Amino acid sequence: MRECKIVSKKFEIENAHTLAVAKKHGAYASLEKLKEYSPLEIINIIQESKLRGKGGGGASAAEKWALMPQTGDKPSFLVVNCDESEPGTFKDRQIISKDPHLLLEGILLTCYAIKAKHAYIYIRGEYFQFQKILQAAIDEAYAEGLLTECDITIHRGAGAYICGEKSALLESMEGKRGHPRLKPKQKEPEWFFNNPALVNNVETIASVPFIVQNGAEVYKAFGTKQSPGTLLFAMSGHVERPGVYEAEFGTSMMEYINHFGGGIKNGKKLKAVIPGGVSCGVLTAKECENLTLDYEALRHIGSSLGTGGMIIMDEDTDMIEALKNILEFYHEESCGQCTPCREGTGWSDKLVAKILDKRGTKEDIDKLLEIADTMDGKTICVFAPSVSIVIVSFISKFRDEFEAALCVK
Amino acid sequence: MNFIFTEENLIKIEALKLRYPSPQALCLPCLWMAQHQEGYISINAIDAISETLGIAPMEVYRVATFYTMFHLEPQEKLNVQVCKTLSCKLCGSDAILEHLKNKEVNIIHTECLGSCGTAPVMQINDTFYENLTPEKVDAILKELL
Ligand SMILES: Cc1cc2nc3c(=O)[nH]c(=O)nc-3n(C[C@H](O)[C@H](O)[C@H](O)COP(=O)(O)O)c2cc1C
Ligand code: SF4
Ligand code: FES
Repeated sequence: MRECKIVSKKFEIENAHTLAVAKKHGAYASLEKLKEYSPLEIINIIQESKLRGKGGGGASAAEKWALMPQTGDKPSFLVVNCDESEPGTFKDRQIISKDPHLLLEGILLTCYAIKAKHAYIYIRGEYFQFQKILQAAIDEAYAEGLLTECDITIHRGAGAYICGEKSALLESMEGKRGHPRLKPKQKEPEWFFNNPALVNNVETIASVPFIVQNGAEVYKAFGTKQSPGTLLFAMSGHVERPGVYEAEFGTSMMEYINHFGGGIKNGKKLKAVIPGGVSCGVLTAKECENLTLDYEALRHIGSSLGTGGMIIMDEDTDMIEALKNILEFYHEESCGQCTPCREGTGWSDKLVAKILDKRGTKEDIDKLLEIADTMDGKTICVFAPSVSIVIVSFISKFRDEFEAALCVK
Repeated sequence: MNFIFTEENLIKIEALKLRYPSPQALCLPCLWMAQHQEGYISINAIDAISETLGIAPMEVYRVATFYTMFHLEPQEKLNVQVCKTLSCKLCGSDAILEHLKNKEVNIIHTECLGSCGTAPVMQINDTFYENLTPEKVDAILKELL
């Protein structure tokens, strides 16, 4: 497997979170390029690199940047999404604690391109330990005179998964409950107090310095044609060496798990993988056999790459218990605005509890699928449709396990 | 009892107001300051925030109750937040929860803490404790209690 460290280059270097060490290893060098390129030229380079958002959706970064007005009387804002609450995902945390200056460098480039004078980093409330490291880096950057063109402010969340959804995040920043907003019909920027705002994931922004410094072609040399570059893939669950390891898109999933993760824990057999945070459809070991890690391959088999945070489950895993665990999470975290989501998450959780308790009937399985159907495509945000995908994937792929647990009258 | 922000916090609030297009954005930052100041968010603190930011008290209250990290009651025991989400569950969070049962702490079952690679995980105050074992939990609590 080819080593590719674009975002994780300084992760192993001691004290790379300090400005002095980071600078010694090339931090902020890409800012030189700003003398050469106009804002639109930076957007073009990102367009050419085909950089895709790394917060879960995989949308084209440049397309979103291009929606930001280059002229106008309202101030533009960049909002960096460090809510990182999707179970199985713990990559952004590595960036902000090991190489925060890489993120700040990316912010400066992005703000230049979209003509924003102020960037906010919305960080989940639980990450206070890491927030302090990030704040220290910002303080150092101010002291060094790096932030003369653009201010950076950290905004601390307070425990709500849904605030990772970009419009809920902005509501939260406006001092309100984190309720996702209705999607506009046409493509437009997000809005922060009626000012245009761009929301990008931490890792997306941290990928920008490499691209600006080395050019789109060098970035595209990694990964596949449609998913160029790398991702901070991660592993947790039943694997010998869980953690975050950067790899290029198109890497074989099993090779990744064996090479970086040291294989399945205790020499057990693989049973299932949830590929990119719990909101992606579960995969059987068989499906993982010849699978590559890129957006297209995962979509092709009816799942998604999500955040690239793989949850690995060995042969002894009880899939009913696993589904129950995920549904508890969703039930807890639904923001409650939409009836199918508010009711569906609780109801499906109860039904799976019943099956787990060996009191379930065949009708309960049918009911679960029916609830999944009502949660798909009828809500304000994609939270409920994700729950739907999870339920259907667990039941369709492990149906025999669910059926074996039914109560036989 | 009236709630008054400390001088230090008032300075922070004024400085933060300059960093946002509207003072309403300070709702969460102010709730955090109030909680740090008193250990929880009292109704009086909500009134004070409402006045400082020009948001209706009910709106501040609605926000405070939405986010799980804000406490609206004084916290008597040490809060131990144990992650119970999938990766931690697969790596033994049940044993940690069981082990904590008879301790003089307030156990809170939380959802994924973003620390799945070092499961099982718990958080006490602002610190993460990772790769937990029952022995490790004992050592940590001995230090804190
Ligand atoms: C329920 C839900 C939770 C989300 N949580 C996160 C998150 O924690 N971090 C993140 O970067 N994006 C999250 N997203 C995606 C964001 O809405 C948004 O698309 C993303 O931050 C955009 O950045 P990107 O284009 O750079 O990926 C979430 C989306 C949904 C629907
Ligand atoms: S789908 Fe669920 S989380 Fe999303 S807005 Fe509706 S109720 Fe809230
Ligand atoms: S599942 Fe426990 S930290 Fe993510």
